[in-house]
Order: sequence, then structure tokens, then C-alpha cells
Amino acid sequence: MPEVVMPRLSDTMEEGVLSRWLKKEGDTVRQGEVIGEIDTDKATMELESFDDGILEKLLVPEGTTVAIGQPLAVIGDGSGTVPPVEAAPEAPGIDPSTGPVPAPPESRPAQAPSDARADAGARRLLSSPLARREAARHGLDPATITGTGPGGRIVRADVEAAIAAAETEQPQPQRQAPPAAAGREPAVTPSSAQDSVEVPLSQMRRVTAHRLTESAAAPHFYLTVVVAVDALFRFRSEVNERFADQDVKVSVTDLLVRACAATLRRHPHVNSSWAGDKILAHQKINIGVAVALDEGLMVPVVTGADTKSLDRIATETRSLAEKARTGTLKLHEFSGGTFTISNLGMFGIDNFTAVINPPEAAILAVGAATDEPYAHDGELHSRRVMKITMTSDHRVLDGATAAAFLSDLKRTLEDPLRIVI
Amino acid sequence: MTGEGTAKAVITYRQALNDALRAELSRDKNVILLGEEIGIFEGSYKITAGLLAEFGPERVRDTPIAEEGFVGAAIGAAMLGMRPVVEIMTLNFSLIAMDQIVNHAAKIHGMFGGQTPVPMVIRMPGGGGQQLAATHSQNLEVWFAHVPGLKVVAPSNPADAKALLLASIRDNDPVIFLENLSLYNTKGEVPDGEHVAEIGKAAVALEGTDLTVISYSRATTVALQVARQLAGEGISVEVVDLRSLRPLDRETVCASVRKTSRAVVLEDDWLSYGIGAEISATLMEGAFDYLDAPVRRVAAAEVPLPYAKPLELAALPDANDLIKVIRELLDATGFSPAAGHPIDTAT
Repeated sequence: MPEVVMPRLSDTMEEGVLSRWLKKEGDTVRQGEVIGEIDTDKATMELESFDDGILEKLLVPEGTTVAIGQPLAVIGDGSGTVPPVEAAPEAPGIDPSTGPVPAPPESRPAQAPSDARADAGARRLLSSPLARREAARHGLDPATITGTGPGGRIVRADVEAAIAAAETEQPQPQRQAPPAAAGREPAVTPSSAQDSVEVPLSQMRRVTAHRLTESAAAPHFYLTVVVAVDALFRFRSEVNERFADQDVKVSVTDLLVRACAATLRRHPHVNSSWAGDKILAHQKINIGVAVALDEGLMVPVVTGADTKSLDRIATETRSLAEKARTGTLKLHEFSGGTFTISNLGMFGIDNFTAVINPPEAAILAVGAATDEPYAHDGELHSRRVMKITMTSDHRVLDGATAAAFLSDLKRTLEDPLRIVI
Repeated sequence: MTGEGTAKAVITYRQALNDALRAELSRDKNVILLGEEIGIFEGSYKITAGLLAEFGPERVRDTPIAEEGFVGAAIGAAMLGMRPVVEIMTLNFSLIAMDQIVNHAAKIHGMFGGQTPVPMVIRMPGGGGQQLAATHSQNLEVWFAHVPGLKVVAPSNPADAKALLLASIRDNDPVIFLENLSLYNTKGEVPDGEHVAEIGKAAVALEGTDLTVISYSRATTVALQVARQLAGEGISVEVVDLRSLRPLDRETVCASVRKTSRAVVLEDDWLSYGIGAEISATLMEGAFDYLDAPVRRVAAAEVPLPYAKPLELAALPDANDLIKVIRELLDATGFSPAAGHPIDTAT
């Protein structure tokens, strides 16, 4: 009796919202057919059936948040003999309370057993021996871990994810109530309920919180430089005027993307990530551009930015930002970044520090261009300047390395012909 | 290992066997060869080429087509101090000699109070893929590997073929030496000089960190090819070549899987009750707490091997079958190439 489970749809996804059923109970479904829609942390994706049969039971109502690997529906032969599969508990967590029912047979004789999902009878906590061992070694209760293996089995990767999550949450008190107390605890209502309104977390807000909390674990330092940008703005106007007939429209952000990419090529250390027991030096230069949305923040990525022309970067960033606003970004369009730019200049912010987008080693915060007086040869002049501040992960970068990059970037921005080289 | 010289020559598996036989015939006067067509015709697969001319008909004996008879004769010779090396033309014909092998060669040393060992070797090629049809394409290694009193080796490359044949001839127990028809023309580096393997030792043929493929004989060549292909995708596959099926080097198998936590067995023989089943059980006993998913097996379809080429190819396990199962196993354990890393096995 095949179960349809919450699939993993992006590399940061831990749970999804079953936002809409496109089929109803009793409908015939075919392998590959879209039977529902899932809101992930980043986008709305299609839920496909992996089996042919009759959709016998929808286990969760629309709008339910479900952890990866947990059941959503049951597909059968139409006889209606749906085994008593419990609806997925709200993520995170698996109900550990049911008794020691034998696990479904892992392998059919002779051929590949890959799909233990097919025999989900009564539920019990499934975990690989290695996952149990690793959980025990780190003092984690498997019942608090979400399994993403076949049939919801907890595998090592899930334990490692739980360990990483626990590490970022360390300063907080134990989130999980002891199992004995959990059942009796009433829903928490703050006494000052009338003064505050509970706003349910969107997926994007949840992931943003999770990722940036993760980022806070990295030792940060900040370097700021003032860039004279008269030449840069002249360059932008000239490009846009000269190539207006070809529909070229380059923004300051596009110039920054290209300038950072070109400078990163000369400073490969900055284009790296902390990976626990090693540093990964990325061979491609993929620049993320933070885009503010009503419901949160997205960072679409311009891949191979050092190999792309300015007008191509301009076209891509515009199209990516539009997709971000309409929630139609594809997974590959917002993953794989190696360096991020966050520009709040258009909001009139003079200078700020940005939080690193893990696992990247650095992020550049760009402020607004402002006029300032300055003295040259004993005379007072006016010039336009912009403050840029780079946040660096000290595990990967040292002050001098980051400073070398930043002063090279300043030189590139002040002499904009360098941007196109 | 004893050895002199580090020079290596690239030779075929067939030549490596021929070299080993010649070396042992030269070294020890008690070594004799028996088999059908091994003398004047120089063997159906030319493993004994040139040996009759060099060592004469007393020591390189053509026998009648009577497997039970000449295996029995070899057992008697071994009991009286000779070191006979029997060639059975293909493993399929050993079925006629099973009583001699299982009830006599394997048991005499134990049943008669250790009065005499039975130092003999039975060499024979098996394997499918040659359109020789169901009765001439079998492997059957588990028939022999099941029997205490026998040793069973199944080398996958020329260097091991030579070193293990030397070791088998010098061993005081009856050794079943399994060759494979499709390996005879494969080439590999073989070190010059005398290198005698230790029977019962598996080899880590390729080191890796993400997944272990356990195989032997021809299947090892498939496993290595797949491992090199997947390395290009950032998947690090370790290949353990068993080399000896009895005794079985359980520790090397378990050590590898304790490191990678994922295991696939690739075997040319049928699945049920096979070497893969034995390896799976071994891993349950020796690496249970390190497994992140059930052990997977890739083996031949459980049918008498068809003669028709497309059907024969479909029935035999190949690189694509192995790759498919490896991908399923990686998917089932949330593997991503960048994140794959060995766990701490010290605790």
C-alpha cells in the first residue's frame, strides 16, 4: 500500500506545507502525475505520485506543515482497505509511542527493495543502526529527529542535521519537553495575549531564522571602506546611454556584482566556505544578490559572474529578482552562491553590516551614495561616496586577507574600466 | 610474501597462470599436472601451453574424460606426497567429481586422524557471457565455499592469479582455484620474481569513503570500472576484492563498511544463498552498528542462463545494474557528494 510522503525539494528544506490537493480521495492517479502542491521554504512545488493506483486517503488537510518523509496520502488498489496510518504529526518529530510492531520487510527477494514506503503498516520509529549509534553518542533522543530515509527512516544525515541544529540553538533552553510531560501540557498562551498578536511563521521566515541563527555561530569581523563613486556613476550613465538602443539597463548592483566577481578571481580565499574539518575553495564564482520581499528575504544567484558580460548580468539579476518576487525561483537559481551582496542604498541607509549567508565566507553590505565635501590641493571640492562593509567568517578569512580583497574592490570600483576586464 | 626485484611486466591472466605452473613444476619435483587435453592440445584455454614439451608426459598427464576418476587419482597421489594440480576443463564438469571433492579430498585429513594431508589444487574456469548455454555457464562457487576442509580462491587479476596459484600449490589442504573465462585475456601488472599470496586475505582494490562494493573474480573488474566512473561525480567508492572465499576475510570486509557505512555486494552467481548472502550476514555480525541502510546485493537473475545473447546479457549483472543499486542506496541515506565524509570509527 504505497504512501505518498513529503519529498525533499530543496537542500535547505526540512518541512513543507501541503498547500493544495489537486486530486481527491477515490481519484485514479498515475506515476508522475501531479496530485498536489507544496510550499517549501523557497517556492511552491508540485507533488508527484510515484505509483499507479487509486488515491484512497488524504492524510493531511490543506495548509498542514509536514516534515520530510512523513506520510501525506495513501495510494491503493481502490478496495479501500487502507491500513491505519496515522496522519503526520506537525513537524518536527515523529510519534514514538506505538509499540514494537515488526518493521516492514526491507527487501523483496531477488530484486531491489529501495522502497520500504510501500509497506507502511503501523508506524514505529525507524532508524538505521548507524543513526542510532550516532544519536546515542551525541545524547540525542531519536524520537526528536525527523527521518528522511525510506519510510521515514532516520539515517546518519538526519542525525547530523539534528546535531547541527542543536548546536545553533544551544543558548536557548531545551526546546523539547520531556515525553512524559508533553501530552499534558496545554497550548502555551502568553498572559499578555491581548497586547500581542501571534503571527504564524511563514516557511521563508522560519528558514531565514534558522539559517541566520546558524550564521551567528561563525566568528564575524567587519571591515568598512569608503569608495569614491563619481566615476562609477558616470560609467553607468555612459553605458546605459550608449547602449540604450540595445535595451541595456545596468544598475549599481549589477556593477557591484561584476566588480566583486572580477576581484574575487584575484582573491580565491574569499570565494571559499568553512566545511567543518576543511575549507572548500570554490572554483566557480557565484554571486548572490539579496532581494527584499514582503514576506522575507531571497538570495538569487548569478552563477559564473566573472565570466558574464555586464549586460548579461543585468538581464539575469532583473529576471531573478522578478522570479523571487513572484515566488517562481527554481532551486538552482537560489542555491550554490559563493559570495553575497546586500544593497540597502536605495533605502537611504548610509552604512550597515550584513549577516553572512552560510556557508559562504563573506557578505558585502552596500550603503547609499552620498555627496561629501573634501579638500584637494587646499581647495574644497564635493564628491560622491559610498560606504561598503564586508562581514567575514574569521574561520576562513583573516583580517589582512579580507582587507586586501576590500581595497582591491575599492580600486576596481573607483576605476570602473577594471570592472569590464 | 617473499619476493625479489620490483620490476613488473604487463601480462594476461592466462600467462600469469602459465608462469605460476611453470615456476612450481621447476621448483618442486612432486608437482604434477592432470587433466583433459592439457598435454598435447595444451589445454582448452591454453593455460598449460608448452608445459608438456618442457616437463614431459610423466608430470603433465592427459587423462581420459572421467572427472571422478582423475580427481580421485589426484587425491591418492596427494596422500602419498605428490602435489597434483588438476585442471577440470570447466567448472560445470566438476559436478561429476563432487563425491571425490566433498567426501574425500575435503575429509580425509580429518577423518583419518591427521595421518596425511591432501595437498592438491583443482583449477577450473566458470562464468557466463560466452553463449555456452545453461549447463556450461555456471559459477557454483558457493557449492565449494560451503564445505569445511576445502580452501576456495577466486582471483580477479593476473598478479593475484599468479601469487594465489603459487600459494595454492604449496598449501597442504585441497584448494579449489576458480578462474573465469572472461578474465583469461585481461591484462595487468605482475611483479617479477616469486610472490606468494596468503590465502584468506581480501584486498582493498580501491580505497573510498562513501560506499563499499564487495566482489570477487570477474565482478571485481566491473566494480572497479564503476568506482572510477562514479569518482567523477564526487562519489567515493571503496572496492573490496575478496580473493579468497574460504577462508573468508571477514575483518577486511567489516572494517571497510565500518568506515563507509554503506555496502553493496556484486556477484556473478545467483542471488539466493550466495556469497552476497554470506557477506550480508557477516556485516550484520561485524558492522551492524555502523550500517546506515540495509546491505544490497547485485547478482545474476535466478534462471538457468539463456543461450540467446540478449537474454544472456539481461540475466547477468553488469555495470549499470551496480550503478542503479548504488544510487538507490545513496538516495536512501541522504547522501550528497560534498557532505560525504567518514565517521569516527574509533569509539
